[in-house]
Amino acid sequence: MSTAESGARPPLSPVVGGLDEDIPLYEARKEIYPAAVQGRFRTIKWAILLVTLGIYYFLPFVRWDRGPNAPDQAVLIDLANGRFYFFPIEIWPQELYYITGLMVIAALGLFLMNAVAGRMWCGYLCPQTVWTDLFYAVERLIEGDRREQMKKAQGPWDLERIAQKILKHSLWLLIAWWTGGAWVLYFADAPTLVLDLVTFQAPVVAYVWIGILTFTTYVLAGFMREQVCLYMCPWPRIQAALTDEYALNVTYRYDRGEQRMSVKKAEAARARGEPAGDCVDCHQCVNVCPTGVDIRDGLQLGCIQCGLCIDACDNVMAKIGRPTGLIGYDTDVNVQRRIAREEPTYKLVRARTVLYSVLIVGIGALMTFTLATRTSLGLSALHDRNPVFVTLADGSIRNGFTMRLTNKSLEARPFRLELIGLAGAHLDVVGMPSTAEQSALLEVLPDQTRELRVLVTAPKGDAAASRTIRFRLTDVVTGATAYTDDFFKGPGSAP
Amino acid sequence: MTPDHNKLDAVTGVATTGHDWDGIQELNTPLPRWWLWSFYACIVWAFGYWIAYPAWPLATSYTKGVLGYQTRTAIEQDMAALQVLRGDNVAKIAAKPLAEIEKDPALLTVARAIGKASFGNNCAPCHGQGAQGAKNYPNLNDDQWIWGGSLDAIKQTITHGIRNEDAESRVGPMPAFVKDGILKKDDVPHLAAFVRTLAGNKPERGDAAKGKALFAENCAACHGEAGKGNPEMGAPNLTANIWLYGGDQATIEDTITNGRGGVMPAWNGRLDEPTIKALTVYVHSLGGGQ
Repeated sequence: MSTAESGARPPLSPVVGGLDEDIPLYEARKEIYPAAVQGRFRTIKWAILLVTLGIYYFLPFVRWDRGPNAPDQAVLIDLANGRFYFFPIEIWPQELYYITGLMVIAALGLFLMNAVAGRMWCGYLCPQTVWTDLFYAVERLIEGDRREQMKKAQGPWDLERIAQKILKHSLWLLIAWWTGGAWVLYFADAPTLVLDLVTFQAPVVAYVWIGILTFTTYVLAGFMREQVCLYMCPWPRIQAALTDEYALNVTYRYDRGEQRMSVKKAEAARARGEPAGDCVDCHQCVNVCPTGVDIRDGLQLGCIQCGLCIDACDNVMAKIGRPTGLIGYDTDVNVQRRIAREEPTYKLVRARTVLYSVLIVGIGALMTFTLATRTSLGLSALHDRNPVFVTLADGSIRNGFTMRLTNKSLEARPFRLELIGLAGAHLDVVGMPSTAEQSALLEVLPDQTRELRVLVTAPKGDAAASRTIRFRLTDVVTGATAYTDDFFKGPGSAP
Repeated sequence: MTPDHNKLDAVTGVATTGHDWDGIQELNTPLPRWWLWSFYACIVWAFGYWIAYPAWPLATSYTKGVLGYQTRTAIEQDMAALQVLRGDNVAKIAAKPLAEIEKDPALLTVARAIGKASFGNNCAPCHGQGAQGAKNYPNLNDDQWIWGGSLDAIKQTITHGIRNEDAESRVGPMPAFVKDGILKKDDVPHLAAFVRTLAGNKPERGDAAKGKALFAENCAACHGEAGKGNPEMGAPNLTANIWLYGGDQATIEDTITNGRGGVMPAWNGRLDEPTIKALTVYVHSLGGGQ
């Protein structure tokens, strides 16, 4: 039966186990030696590798002047002081929602990529893919391409092979060590830490983290490789549930490829006017695949859609004088349509792509707006829970509050704290002389929070059970304000 | 039925486990080898753990493990680390006079934090978590102080306590006027009636005018002519309408008849000096400090 005529998928590759044979307890790993390949997608992948790793390794050294009271590192996660710096943006722990927002955008970005062109993340951007790609490149540089590596694997452990292995693993460990080293630089002033690291003055935790990341990079990119995608990663499982039939995927156009036959047989068949597939069964698509799958089996979990098989196949098609694109970004819908002699259809604008785009733009706009309009001062009040109010010897009523005054600017600021909405009452700050005023002047140090115990006292005879009051904080210099509403409780019964 | 392990699934071509539930079969996808080895490694790790750490209960004891790990020593290490972390601030609290601690915003925050934690551990059972007090235990948030509300007075009270065996403990009993035969039982309602008027309350029974004379004769020595109290002797202010034992007629009569003698432990044996100072600042900062 011709699959090209029937439109059915080609048969699957042989699978593990089989009749009259016990199923093994485990599946032995199939060694993969991906061949080097040149082409459009390989170039794109090199470019992405250079850009992403370049950013990762060098970003900690980028400087950003914030003035005298803040670090001058462009991107810094200051755990000790609870600050995250990103160029002009400084985020406090209580503003973690900005990070949450970024993660929501990242997730939606992943969904959008998936709706447009399947596993773009897996194929081009995932750290596992990028580092493994780099490790494969190092491997090929030292041990040679696919054929040489396979030949050596069968051969004896001669001096050359041992030397190559030592060199390869040393280079891998160097890359892995640099990866861990760059990681810790995001958590402290990079030039200082580098100096401390080389003079063995850095904190132990820095060495520990470099060790951990060196180990994980070396193991995951050097040894685990495609096993991470096949067995450890949840994304391929989730991705399959999020995709639809119009998402572009790396597709073997079996309408064109089947029946597979050699170049000579295909030419002969075409000369006789009989149908012949373009696939010459050269296995180049399988040879270059970093996860070792056969794209001709169709969409599958093991395929990270890196596009390298497209390059490999295009090169072969060009050589044998057939049109390129036997493997390409396409949909199964289009393959079926071509079989039915219909025009292929591309639907970039679909409900899901529109929805994801709108959500990304919306959340991004909301975050930009809140970031642009946030104030540099903050105020919060925590009313005493027990007792909620106190009657003093002279019969006046007092409520206690724990207040936090936040100065997010990088200079010390004088603030005025005012009580609003309780005539006749006065406000005291513990540690400062008592006054009959409703306000107090306080200084808060740069980039800090000051905790205060604030007492509000209303004269005798004011017996309402509860009234709303407002605390207002004013920056005496800039006039910027923040406020918080709370209650003033008294002995009266609630209405 | 013995499961047929060699059956192939028709759709995927993958072997099945042979189990069949109403026609639904399970594909037998073998684990990768490294996964299996990780599993075995975990088992080996467990044996190592048994040897290294406390693991097995015995009849009257348990296996201690060769590392000698104990949760108690771990806690002690954590507490020691905490002391090191607090070191600087604790030294400052120990060195500075109380009033200066309260004026230094950074030190005040630290002292209040240490004081609050210590208050929760030591004082809250009687005085309440927020120092709001309870019947027989004074509220420390108000400005009614039986033994004085200045920083030094509060520190003295915390350090040596009230009516206990400490040599410098605060003493000053409220006598049992009737039980000890100082007053006649019939006079008590009159005296209690007068005490109620001191705080602006109406007597429930008795003649306040008669009580006034009795007060001057028996009570004014400690509570003062006007009933304003005297912190030197632990005599509370009776005009503030803030009552430790209750301000109703019956309770006041009970207090006069049987006396009062509330106690508070001395904390100098249990808490160190910086902690007592931090506690003092904390209690003083609650609002009523003088």
